[in-house]
Amino acid sequence: MPIAIGLEGSANKLGVGIILHPHPSPPSPHDSAHSDDEQPSASHPPKKPTSPPVQILANLRHTFVSPPGTGFLPKDTAAHHRRWVVRLVKQAMQQANVQLADIDCICYTKGPGMGAPLSSVAIAARTLSQLWAKPLVGVNHCVGHIEMGRAITGAANPVVLYVSGGNTQVIAYSAQRYRIFGEALDIAVGNCLDRFARVLNISNDPAPGYNIEQIAKRGTVLLELPYAVKGMDVSFSGILARVEELARKLLRTTPETPWVDAESGAEVTKADLCFTLQETVFAMLVEITERAMAHVGARQVLIVGGVGCNERLQQMMGMMARERGGSVFATDERFCIDNGIMIAHAGLLAWGQGFRTGLGESTFTQRFRTDEVLVNWRD
Amino acid sequence: MAATNLIGTAVVEVEHKLPLPFDESQESFELIAQGAESLLYRTTFSATGQPAALKVRPEKKWRHPTLDKRLTRARILAEARVLVKLSGEGIVASGSGNSGKRAKVKQPREGDHDVAGLKGFVPAVLALDWESGWMMTEWIEGRTVKKAVYDTKTDRNGDNTTEATEALKSLLACIGEVIGILHASGVIHGDLTTSNMMLRAQPSTPESIASPTSSLAGDIVLIDFGLSSQSVSEEDRAVDLYVLERAFGSTHPREEYLFPEVLKTYAESTRSGMHGKTGKLVLRKLEDVRMRGRKKSMLG
Repeated sequence: MPIAIGLEGSANKLGVGIILHPHPSPPSPHDSAHSDDEQPSASHPPKKPTSPPVQILANLRHTFVSPPGTGFLPKDTAAHHRRWVVRLVKQAMQQANVQLADIDCICYTKGPGMGAPLSSVAIAARTLSQLWAKPLVGVNHCVGHIEMGRAITGAANPVVLYVSGGNTQVIAYSAQRYRIFGEALDIAVGNCLDRFARVLNISNDPAPGYNIEQIAKRGTVLLELPYAVKGMDVSFSGILARVEELARKLLRTTPETPWVDAESGAEVTKADLCFTLQETVFAMLVEITERAMAHVGARQVLIVGGVGCNERLQQMMGMMARERGGSVFATDERFCIDNGIMIAHAGLLAWGQGFRTGLGESTFTQRFRTDEVLVNWRD
Repeated sequence: MAATNLIGTAVVEVEHKLPLPFDESQESFELIAQGAESLLYRTTFSATGQPAALKVRPEKKWRHPTLDKRLTRARILAEARVLVKLSGEGIVASGSGNSGKRAKVKQPREGDHDVAGLKGFVPAVLALDWESGWMMTEWIEGRTVKKAVYDTKTDRNGDNTTEATEALKSLLACIGEVIGILHASGVIHGDLTTSNMMLRAQPSTPESIASPTSSLAGDIVLIDFGLSSQSVSEEDRAVDLYVLERAFGSTHPREEYLFPEVLKTYAESTRSGMHGKTGKLVLRKLEDVRMRGRKKSMLG
């Protein structure tokens, strides 16, 4: 039964995961609703075998958190990953209770992401591969998120909204590729949220987006922000510029000179700014997802990526999906936030199709389009 | 004035309630599609008796109500303004009946008819009410280009037959010309996809651009101008083409290799308003726009 270890470190989260793919069982009269094509079997039996769910043997993560008002820099992040990777790998192996001999491959994030952190993880992966004499599998970070989302939620063929600090894409599967239907044209939505947090000195622990979400719950005033949807694409830099301006305005207010919103008559607070930003950017995301669904004729939506943990986004997406007679699928923070298990999972799927990354090719890259990957473990 | 008869029942889907004044109209309403932006009903325009498309933008409860209202209003108006400008035809009637409100969408000037040369390529606006969130246009008989491409004959292996390939090529060539005319008239569609283009069943006039081959014959009609804007910049035009390029590739992967036909006629056909230097500049900008997708880092 194939087992893989996966290393993830494209941003400030270092993740190590160990996954097991049980062998497919013979076809049963009842097709399970669960994903039936995640098995790395190359043969094509007349009826697809059903498969029990994947087994997560270990899923550990350590996050590099920078002080409030700052973002994480590549150099420091890479240093963090180098400091923690050995510890996490050892812990993961212990927790999974597997022997070296059981491991079939070492999967790592080839890209996309930040250069220095990716490099550190690639080095760790290569080292393990040499030490343990196991093959390497380079994995696309976005494909990792998608495959893990599908495996955990059982969504068969949803439109995927992948939203994180580094990526914002609307994806639909077609002919062995994850095609990008819509995306952010400038910065990712998570990046917009993170940079806004810095202006207001909102804590980065555990993540700026998480704290914005909690503060936003107390907000009520909706200010006006530019709304930039271009077909199935979105743009966030204009919104960021405007909301940063509003944040600086808020910081200049004093008890003697409060900022009163003309329309509602209420005093504008940090919570209102967070609320305004969330409502606007999430509405944009739900809109482009809806367009893709309408265009493709899909009813299921799967949200993956760090921003996918946000409950307000999940709520809005769920309402939209229900209005269309569909449903939304999302995972919890173990899987939305960058993690090693998704790399192990996607890597093992590719490995099962015979995919290997030779040592000479075990590079990393900051730009790696989701549609560049041949998804040959699916029809 | 859009007449509304208050007696009788409307034939309508249970889940979606029709807005005023249609909720008590005697006409029949058949729900044709639920697009991303609006519900599309087939009905009859009471004032003239012609078949009409009623586009209703329902409230999106998942959006903040203030945002929702703001967006719906802006989009209906943007769409109506652009359609009036392009078709050269004024709106037959204003749904609210308040002449003060009618001024939000200017009627075309005297002698301004079909300035853009796009009459027949966009639906004419019959009536609208931006407060209630609906717009009624003439009904376009035919299929979406998306469906037309999907229905194109393929052989047993799933590849296109040579006949089908030729038909597709000329369909795409027509699309290139129509978009060229659109851009030349100073309008950016904003949401070009094969779902937003209709293939009208029979050619309307001798001058209309019609695909010769029988399986994909008909006029191209552009619909869904909710995200449109008025611009002449190369950047905006290039992004408009890019949106279509990506949408086409994602929806019709097997025909993706034929897409360059669109760009070819866009920049070279004399019927396209963009032939010559202007078109070339836009195509060059398009290359830049494409690279942005490939080269950018999303971390500002």
